[in-house]
Amino acid sequence: MSTLIRCEDLWKIYRVGDVEVQALRGLNLTIQRGEFVAIMGSSGSGKSTLMSILGCLDQPTKGQYRLNGIDVGQARSDQLAEIRNQQIGFVFQSFNLIPRTSALENAQLPLFYRGVPLKEQRALASAALARVGLQGREHHAPTQLSGGQQQRVAIARALVTVPSLLLADEPTGNLDTQSSQDIMGILDGLNREGITVILVTHELDIAAYASRQITIKDGQILSDHTSEGRLPVEGA
Amino acid sequence: MRVFVWLTIVTALRVLARNRLRAGLTMLGIVIGVGAVIAMVSIGEGAKQAVQKQIATMGTNVIMIWPTATSVGGVRGAQGGAITLTVMDAMDLKKKIPVLTDTGWMKRDVLQIVNGHRNGNSPVYGVSPSYLSIRDWTVSRGGPFTQADMESAALVALLGQSVVDELFDQGEEPLGAIIRIRNVPLRVIGVLSSKGQNTYGQDQDDVVFIPFTTAERKVLGTLFLGSVGGIYGTTDRAEDMPEAVELIREVMRARHRLQGDQPDDFTIRTQVDLAQVQEGTGQTLTVMLMAIASVSLLVGGIGIMNILLVSVTERTREIGVRMAVGAKRTHILIQFLIEALTLSVVGGCIGILFGVLSARLTTVIAGWPTIISGDTVAAAFGFSVAVGLFFGLYPANKAARLNPIEALRYE
Ligand SMILES: Nc1ncnc2c1ncn2[C@@H]1O[C@H](COP(=O)(O)OP(=O)(O)OP(=O)(O)O)[C@@H](O)[C@H]1O
Ligand SMILES: [Mg+2]
Repeated sequence: MSTLIRCEDLWKIYRVGDVEVQALRGLNLTIQRGEFVAIMGSSGSGKSTLMSILGCLDQPTKGQYRLNGIDVGQARSDQLAEIRNQQIGFVFQSFNLIPRTSALENAQLPLFYRGVPLKEQRALASAALARVGLQGREHHAPTQLSGGQQQRVAIARALVTVPSLLLADEPTGNLDTQSSQDIMGILDGLNREGITVILVTHELDIAAYASRQITIKDGQILSDHTSEGRLPVEGA
Repeated sequence: MRVFVWLTIVTALRVLARNRLRAGLTMLGIVIGVGAVIAMVSIGEGAKQAVQKQIATMGTNVIMIWPTATSVGGVRGAQGGAITLTVMDAMDLKKKIPVLTDTGWMKRDVLQIVNGHRNGNSPVYGVSPSYLSIRDWTVSRGGPFTQADMESAALVALLGQSVVDELFDQGEEPLGAIIRIRNVPLRVIGVLSSKGQNTYGQDQDDVVFIPFTTAERKVLGTLFLGSVGGIYGTTDRAEDMPEAVELIREVMRARHRLQGDQPDDFTIRTQVDLAQVQEGTGQTLTVMLMAIASVSLLVGGIGIMNILLVSVTERTREIGVRMAVGAKRTHILIQFLIEALTLSVVGGCIGILFGVLSARLTTVIAGWPTIISGDTVAAAFGFSVAVGLFFGLYPANKAARLNPIEALRYE
């Protein structure tokens, strides 16, 4: 088993006017390849802040974040874009699909920026949509899909590049129980195929899908449990 | 990158098609600007070519010398009267200036021409035979007059087409007919080829030519023998014109015994001078239209910039999503530049269409000649590309500089 993520003394400080908000306060975290991690914690504890740094959407104010051995804190915007494109899939609470654009084209998006030929883009995106159970819905626009279906398109978009890391910030936050279970089933399946999954949730039954539960409070790790029953998958 | 650019163009066109009204209003400035450029240039080019054609009817490489009336103060007195050019001047110029291949001379007056019971007033020119060849007058029927006619002051005349039309019935034969000017009978020996209007809109075919000697001795009369109304010279090559003009001035000043600071008592003009005057008026018009076109293009460009800024704000989250899945700043920059270019180029093409159409309409309705050249269309197209690039750059750059996490959180 090898290390995918290593955070050392991670700080994130926001300045709003004269007020300083310390969203992360010297957080240390190591995640191995193939783990399925749930991050919990009260509102404002810094979960989303951590996720954006892990997802290379933002950079820490202080401290070091290494992804696959690369020091992300030192990377420039183009390198970050490349890392996001090659290694990371992101799923958001609010789906964040591009409006008036078909499910297929939404799922194609990461491949589009990778310069993959159009035919191949379509084939891979179709396969990803089928993987999340949306065959036949390729040409539906987001407004023609239910919330659960939209989130599945978002997952298809995240997995189409076969990333090593899939980040999901409250992916079931806007969904009913049935849709939530469908989504978690898909994430669980992806994790079993070797993709490292990190998800943020407020719900215990959702967190129970994961093999490791981390609780954050005031920008620091409060507790870190690895379940006995479900060991992380080897390899990947 | 090819795939990316191509798909981005397709997407931009789709966005455009979705907001047709908005896109149409945005493009209006470009449409008007480019349309104005095309219409203006094609009308300008048409006018310029027409002017050049008309100036060419004067003959090729023609230099004109007119007497300048004595100054009002009456200080100058060498020749005394207003008439300062003579046949001797013309002959001497030809002899002394080698590049001047020929010189001709004329005097004119507007007189009544009578043919039987019909009559009309036309300019009557007494000319040397060389004048006709220098001014490129050819005879379409009959023949020109000769050196012998000149020496004998023969009573013969050449008529312009308009004079023939006025004095003769349809089908009546002008050749051989006897017309009368100041009661002098003149035999019509030729009809001139038509030249049409000159640049000032005068009918060049309303003219009667008679030998110079006939004019001065029998028809027009003269103050003293040999005085002429104007001298015309020509050179073989256009490059020799400036030199010829200078030499003419020197020779004329010497012949007229003008001292160092005395002004010329004659005026020299070439076709080039006349063309420049004509083009000058054309240019003022062009400058004015150019101003209108640039203002429209500017307004159009600002319209594009405005709509793009709105679009960047509206689509901030979309930009965030694109960045989250791996779009680099250049990708976002190019995407919005292409949207700006799509607006300006589609607008430009519609403008080109409108411009060509209005130029055609001008020709059909007003009868003005217009010339639509490929260069003009290419330049107009280039303008719209430039406007799109220039005014798209700021919004596109604004989009590309967005921070991904802030863009994603944008409400
Ligand atoms: N862009 C920002 N500017 C200023 N402060 C911010 C910004 N983003 C987050 N914060 C602050 O950082 C702290 C952590 O925010 P974060 O979004 O990470 O919380 P969270 O754990 O995800 O909460 P929730 O469960 O409600 O989503 C909060 O106090 C928040 O106000
Ligand atoms: Mg959050």
